[in-house]
Amino acid sequence: MTNNLQLNAEGKLKHFLSIEGLSKSLLIEILDTAESFASMSEQQVKKVPLLRGKTIVNLFFENSTRTRTTFELAATRLSADVINMNIATSATSKGESLLDTIRNLEAMFVDMFVVRHALSGAAHFIAQQTAPHISVINAGDGQHAHPTQAMLDMFTIRQLKPDFSSLRVAIIGDILHSRVARSEIQALNTLGAAEVRVIAPKTLLPAHVESLGVSVSHNLTAGLKDIDVVMMLRLQKERMSSALLPSESEYFKCFGLTEEKLKIAKPDAIVMHPGPINRGVEIDSKVANGPQSVILKQVSNGIAVRMAIMAMAMQTAPGKSPVTGAVQ
Amino acid sequence: MLEIPELLNNLEAELKQLIDQRQLLNPLMLGIRTGGVWIAEQMHTRLAISEPLGLLDISFYRDDFSQIGVNPKVKPSHLPAHIEGRDIILIDDVFYTGRTIRAALNEIFDYGRPNQVILGVLIERDGRQIPLNPDCVGARIILNTGQRIKLTGPEPLTIHLETLAKEA
Amino acid sequence: MIRIDHGRIIDPANNIDRVGSVYIADDKIISVIEEPDNFKPHTVINASGQIICPGFIDLSTRLRDMGHSRKATFKSEVLAAAAAGVTTLCLQPDTVPVVDTPAVAELVKELAEKAGYPQIYAIGALTQKLDGTELSSMLSLKQAGCVAVGNANQPIKNLLILRRAMEYAASHDLLLMFRANDVWLGNNGCAHEGVFATRYGLPSIPEAAETIALAQCLELAELTGCRVHFGQLSCKRSVIKIHQAKKYGLMVSADVAIHQLHLTENDIAPFDSAYHVLPPLRTEADKQYLRQGLADGTLNSICSDHQPHDLDAKLGAFPETEPGMSALETLLPLMLKLVKQHAITLEQGIACLSTNPARVLRLNSGALTPGFPADVCIFDPELDWQVNSQNWKSQGVNTPFWGQTLKGRVTHTLQAGKVIYQL
Repeated sequence: MTNNLQLNAEGKLKHFLSIEGLSKSLLIEILDTAESFASMSEQQVKKVPLLRGKTIVNLFFENSTRTRTTFELAATRLSADVINMNIATSATSKGESLLDTIRNLEAMFVDMFVVRHALSGAAHFIAQQTAPHISVINAGDGQHAHPTQAMLDMFTIRQLKPDFSSLRVAIIGDILHSRVARSEIQALNTLGAAEVRVIAPKTLLPAHVESLGVSVSHNLTAGLKDIDVVMMLRLQKERMSSALLPSESEYFKCFGLTEEKLKIAKPDAIVMHPGPINRGVEIDSKVANGPQSVILKQVSNGIAVRMAIMAMAMQTAPGKSPVTGAVQ
Repeated sequence: MLEIPELLNNLEAELKQLIDQRQLLNPLMLGIRTGGVWIAEQMHTRLAISEPLGLLDISFYRDDFSQIGVNPKVKPSHLPAHIEGRDIILIDDVFYTGRTIRAALNEIFDYGRPNQVILGVLIERDGRQIPLNPDCVGARIILNTGQRIKLTGPEPLTIHLETLAKEA
Repeated sequence: MIRIDHGRIIDPANNIDRVGSVYIADDKIISVIEEPDNFKPHTVINASGQIICPGFIDLSTRLRDMGHSRKATFKSEVLAAAAAGVTTLCLQPDTVPVVDTPAVAELVKELAEKAGYPQIYAIGALTQKLDGTELSSMLSLKQAGCVAVGNANQPIKNLLILRRAMEYAASHDLLLMFRANDVWLGNNGCAHEGVFATRYGLPSIPEAAETIALAQCLELAELTGCRVHFGQLSCKRSVIKIHQAKKYGLMVSADVAIHQLHLTENDIAPFDSAYHVLPPLRTEADKQYLRQGLADGTLNSICSDHQPHDLDAKLGAFPETEPGMSALETLLPLMLKLVKQHAITLEQGIACLSTNPARVLRLNSGALTPGFPADVCIFDPELDWQVNSQNWKSQGVNTPFWGQTLKGRVTHTLQAGKVIYQL
């Protein structure tokens, strides 16, 4: 079901909603394509005409300036026209209005929706309902998936540690509410990582978390042993008020990443964080700014990876059969 | 019938003549990936151009993107810092529809405004779809329907004609 | 006078399973198999090759209309009920307005008469406006025709209020129809707290939300002596708890919604809102236990839990869609599928849809006993039909079985001697 929706008849990417259902070779194709765009960003001219004349709508039902900006930049560098729609504040988040919004935008000859929504499944729903020529990119839906974040993290890991099969990755923090974690786990498992370990208190782990293909630890000190990649998750402040955690300071004491604790991981381990960081809550500033941190690299890779995904999802124009164009 | 050394000699001669004629003092040579770079490397040496050879990858500028998609592993273009006001010699292997050169020119002009651009190709064949023509050529040929030219390289550089199976 | 000829008569209450005829005069059954003297039928229904059984009694239905007429109306839904062989419906009180006064109960009766389907019984609201804090006028509701009281899916504010409501209901010998659900543990979830919800990041509901509420209510049943019927149970540990309670002599009964006997979280197509139901679809083990509970009598009834919706209600991101299936018309074929899969016998299946719910409600129906109302369902157990817009009567098309071909179809439905449906 999921993979059918994401791929077109030729098995090419049509929508990018979730890592689930995508093959290893497709993920690698995304990473390779992103490589091309990454080298481009070091050039004097950072713009290519690939999506010239296309209109991309950033449809954000949930505020996120950072994510929206990287998508906007990626689209602009592909020469597409970008419209930003922030619908986060609108009171009615009923299905009718979501669908009405989509229908209205479709009528304006849009080619792609980049969707961020507070409810799991929103991007799937839009992809199912929208006109067939429109591609949908999931920029984060509820607690379900944030696949572009996962791909940019895979890209960052590959730059530094190209062999996934020997990688042990720890994901630390609020797995229960994290769409990032779900997508990272699926991407790492698809790419064949040796181990994905989640480290969190029970209150922040979903039921049957092992079914996602991870090992589980409730102790950061024990859990960091032999780890090559340390992925920290952002801790939302509202978790304290909903009785999931006693206090920020107790969380930091148990699960906050400090220089001391990082020494337990492999000496060449890298530290990642999807941002924005709560310094002193999930990670010590010294670690976030330290030599093992690749957090800023993640940010800059975000543009190239999103360019690759957007370009790939837009590559097949409907109703046109592929022409052997460039044969000489 | 198509001998590489002869073609290279012809192209070199035509380029030399045009450079002299236009009195280009410090031209910049650009090869288009992949075949064009092989030819450009030869010309760069033969014409003893002082500035390093520039490489152009036009994948992101192709006009058939929506049909063929992005090719992963597109290599970056390597152009010298200043295109502005330069005399450019653009080299490709086979000149056919003209679309590759259109894409290459677009990319060059995204980097700046050159003084002039000269186009040199190893082979010019029939089948133009865009009103462009090369300035210097190694040979001009006309092919039958279904025939195409294929260049392999870089060492050894060979050329041969292929006949495509008729499409059903 | 109507004679139904040569069908296989299955009447669990009277222990009948043999081929013969059923004789009806006016609105009553007057004889089964034996031909009465001077019987001159004006109508003869040939039921050869078919099964004749008591009309079905559905313990939990929503017909919308009042307040929700864009979803469905009495008119559309009684057609669906008739086509499903259902002759008696229990209406959940969460209508708009809520069935918490005799006037609204009367209105339900009026609408039922007007729709030509008088046997709609309202469940009275246990608390005013179902808000879980103040008791409704239960005696007046009973006098106005409510067969039971309940709070639909709405929570009771605290156990003290539930205790008092149960004591009050017991004083008037009213049955409490209880949906066990602790809303705090449920935490606005929309899927079972299991592998599926974890993978798709859906807010989830643990079994404990049901079993804890169930255990509390069982304790209060013991304390207050209130008769309780637990509706739409969904998990293994609920079945175990009911089994134990019955063993120790508590006056309780329980039903299960038909879809819980066939679907689990593994069947949910990702984010397909047709599978959004409450309680949520649970695991294979839960499904097996529910089936086992039916087979051994722990659960004595099957209900449709019919909840028709308009299209908009099901269009959206999964968590924001409205829960519930339009389920009347798939009730019989899905029951027959249980028989085919040897989960229960055909006689048990029919009893769970007629005799047993009649006993729960203490109605003089649900059997082909002479003198009982002539509520009869005649069905062809082998007839294949497709769930599509040609065959579907309900205004709600929200069923995950849409497009599927199911086996078993009602050919005639008689309600109090009147043919209300004929294929």
